[in-house]
Amino acid sequence: MPEGHVLEFTEVTKTFGPVTAVDGFSARVEPGVVTGFLGPNGAGKTTSLRILLGLVGTSSGTATIGGKRYRDLRHPLQTVGAALEASSFHPGRTAANHLAVYARASGLPRARVDEALGLVGLGDVAGRKVGGFSLGMRQRLGLAYTLLGDPGVLVLDEPANGLDPEGIKWMRGFLRELARQGRTVLVSSHLLAEIQQSADALLVIARGRLVFQGALDELTTQDEHATLVDAPDRAALTTALTDAGVPYEVLRSGLSVPGAEPAAVGAIAATAGIALSALQRRGPALEEVFLALVNGERVHPSAGDAPDPQPDPQPDPQPDPHTDAVEEGDVR
Amino acid sequence: MSLVNATRSELAKQFTTSMWWILAIVLVAYVGSTAAGLAAAFGANATGALPGSGSGIPALPEAAIPPLLYSLTTAVGYVFPLLIGVLIVTGEFRHMTLTPTFLATPRRGIALGGKVVAGVGMGVVYALIALVTVVGASAGILTAFGSATLLDEADTWAMLGRIVLSFVLWTLVGIGIGTLVRNQVAAIVGVIAFTQFVEPIVRLVGGIVDGVSAITRFLPGAASDALVGASIYTSLASTGDAGLDWWAGGLMLLGYAGVLLVLGFVFSWRRDVT
Repeated sequence: MPEGHVLEFTEVTKTFGPVTAVDGFSARVEPGVVTGFLGPNGAGKTTSLRILLGLVGTSSGTATIGGKRYRDLRHPLQTVGAALEASSFHPGRTAANHLAVYARASGLPRARVDEALGLVGLGDVAGRKVGGFSLGMRQRLGLAYTLLGDPGVLVLDEPANGLDPEGIKWMRGFLRELARQGRTVLVSSHLLAEIQQSADALLVIARGRLVFQGALDELTTQDEHATLVDAPDRAALTTALTDAGVPYEVLRSGLSVPGAEPAAVGAIAATAGIALSALQRRGPALEEVFLALVNGERVHPSAGDAPDPQPDPQPDPQPDPHTDAVEEGDVR
Repeated sequence: MSLVNATRSELAKQFTTSMWWILAIVLVAYVGSTAAGLAAAFGANATGALPGSGSGIPALPEAAIPPLLYSLTTAVGYVFPLLIGVLIVTGEFRHMTLTPTFLATPRRGIALGGKVVAGVGMGVVYALIALVTVVGASAGILTAFGSATLLDEADTWAMLGRIVLSFVLWTLVGIGIGTLVRNQVAAIVGVIAFTQFVEPIVRLVGGIVDGVSAITRFLPGAASDALVGASIYTSLASTGDAGLDWWAGGLMLLGYAGVLLVLGFVFSWRRDVT
């Protein structure tokens, strides 16, 4: 089994003329887990990945794979498999020949071409020209390229683009399996929802800087929660909450009572004699936390030398003895 | 080792799309028809089959005719290895395949080196295709008119060897231009405009006006003709100015290739791939 390597960005800065695309970016990616690399468009994800792969030079800092720069790897495709865009093909070349070209460049046997195509489910179209491929098939061919050398490190830039729901599900399972085998898997995306189901660890980049690094569940703290409550007679419920002096937000699916426990909210309703149709504890929406990190409204301690590291700007919640007993809620 | 792998990869790139055989067919049709037409005209003229002496075809000594015909391979065909060289590089820019290429061969110098070595191979392949066509058609027609083919002379074969060398050098010039220009359409249009219009006109002027050829003989096409040692262009020149020696012509062409490759490597090939 190929061994995974640690990927390490150390104070990477890249300027394109007056634009600073990556700004003192430091991060570490461990083998054995799927690491999501998240950030809005233009945050510097692709540039960081291209720097890691030696396609773009740094203005300062280093990016290494198992301690080596990409260009110093003895067998690059046998060490790192990377797919960066879905359009790097000559349309007149067949899928098998496309891979054969790079198998030769890496001294890999031709048999690897068929194996890689089989792994991504393109075995049947090996002899067809890539020009006729759908975007989803091109993504799979890009993935086959990454698997050619059976590498211990996989770097994929927005691999789910153009895949249908079935393909996305397949990709997720595939990446998890590769990580389970001990490989390093780094997957970028600008959509949190896409990463959430497959990634164990997360890097978040915004404006070229690291704003979060850690496990997915470290992104939020347990005490930021709300209780979602609804009743057929919603007007009576709002009156009862207002009378009890409990602040709430009106959502489409009901009322959200921030910081309150379901038991307390249920008690208010019972006292007012209101029948409830829903009562549920809700964790914070990761999407909101992500957006707050990206906008700089929220600063996580894992952020690399944040300009002004401040404690969490959320108001200190009440200590809550029930936290451990309660279910985590629908962290979507 | 990895230069060998890079070269094998580049050759695989060339032979896995249709471009190589389409260009080969056009090359055969172009140099073949030119050679056959001129061979027939010279043959008919030499044997007096054409009426009168006003045919407009220059009266050449019989021994000059076969080299002139064989050298059509380069004199009219040199744009093909040039285009192949251009396509070897600009295809990567056009189809954005530099990313997988540089991922497989991260050392940029080796990646370009693979293209250069593969370009030498492609130059030889196209030279052989063109020579078989041109020499076959010319010698066949000359034989039919009872003229000498000179294929039993070592000098003729030495010239054919220099034609192969010229094709190789033109391919390298093309790789240099492609690396520097990057844009495929611009490079192809530029190459065709220069070789088919600009240089022939300038050399025609150089052939008529005294003194100009002292400069025009350093043009790449003139250097190539000097290397080969015969050309329809130099035969048509009226000033009788000597071109470069064959070895000087070869070095000149090698110089063009080298300078373009170095400039391309420094200013374009090492750039970020975004």
